[in-house]
Amino acid sequence: MSERVLQALKDKFGDKVVATHSDFGDDTAVVDPSVWRAACEFLASDAKMAFDMCTDLCGVDYPDRTPRFEVVLHLYSISKRHRVRLKTRVGDEYGDDAVVDSVVDVWKGADWLERETYDMLGIVFRGHPDLRRILMYPEFEGHPLRKDYPADKTQPLVAYREEAEAGVPLGKLAPFGPDEGMSFGRRPPVGPTEN
Amino acid sequence: MGELNQVTLEGSGTGFATTKLSELLAWARKYSLFKYPFVTACCGMEFMALSSPRFDHSRFGAEAPRFSPRQSDLLWVVGTISQRQAPVLRRVYEQMMEPKWVLAFGTCASCGGFYDNYTTVAGIDKIIPTDVYVPGCPPRPEAVIDGLLLLQDKITSGDRRPAIVKPREDPIRDLVSIGKKPSAET
Repeated sequence: MSERVLQALKDKFGDKVVATHSDFGDDTAVVDPSVWRAACEFLASDAKMAFDMCTDLCGVDYPDRTPRFEVVLHLYSISKRHRVRLKTRVGDEYGDDAVVDSVVDVWKGADWLERETYDMLGIVFRGHPDLRRILMYPEFEGHPLRKDYPADKTQPLVAYREEAEAGVPLGKLAPFGPDEGMSFGRRPPVGPTEN
Repeated sequence: MGELNQVTLEGSGTGFATTKLSELLAWARKYSLFKYPFVTACCGMEFMALSSPRFDHSRFGAEAPRFSPRQSDLLWVVGTISQRQAPVLRRVYEQMMEPKWVLAFGTCASCGGFYDNYTTVAGIDKIIPTDVYVPGCPPRPEAVIDGLLLLQDKITSGDRRPAIVKPREDPIRDLVSIGKKPSAET
């Protein structure tokens, strides 16, 4: 439907648009991180594009790929009634150096979304006015939605009681076993391991 | 003096009822459990059903909510407790006056349920002592009333060991035949 948005992006940014597709009717463009902000400004300010609403911004971890992370931005134009999905790929295989330009001053609504993406995946948004954790607590170490974060690792703020003190077993109650809930996550860690 | 040691709560022919002070206190406490509702998740809807006229837990003297932990006796932990909320729950518990009791309402509060990851405390007994667990996702109000009566029994007997509400057979299931194959006799 909005393939002319993809065409306009290709015309403007040339080979900095790494890939495009329109699978399932969702027009998607993958751009190089160096033009991420320029592409956003273009989509927001160009009269024919007029993407005035930032629907969502999030990140995805593909541990087997390099660059490892994708930042995914969903845009909608209320006046033109068209949508586009913009992606960029950042980060090396260890998840370091995942830096992308912030788009907060293009769409103000991206503020907390970028904070969430930073919190969950550790992607740093350069130029963000207040890049702090938003869901997890400041004491939390690591980024829980990275695929190499252990599925069963918790970081309690309050020290857990000991079974000796409690006088009762503190494991899961029947019928919930130790594997309950996240058994699909109980595999050896995926992705590159250090040393 | 031997007669005085006997516990007779029914008024005898003399018009006197005698008891021990501890038992009198337990009797008073179990019918005036001022609650502190710590409602964090979807179990709260079932908690509202429990409080409303159809199930009406004020019948058991557990009606009055106190929104200060200092005035309450029974902490209802209704719903999932995230790691980030754990210090708050711990502090609310510490601010309550003795004697105090804790009821874990629903599977998440009892053991974390299916939230088995970085976000959630896998059961409030990991951080505070818990008296009664009511499993269920969410538990039916009848199960919670069972839990409340279980707690009242425990207050009477002075037993502070944790207890779990046992599942019950649904009496309605035998009375309705919808969706059932007719049995051979009929």
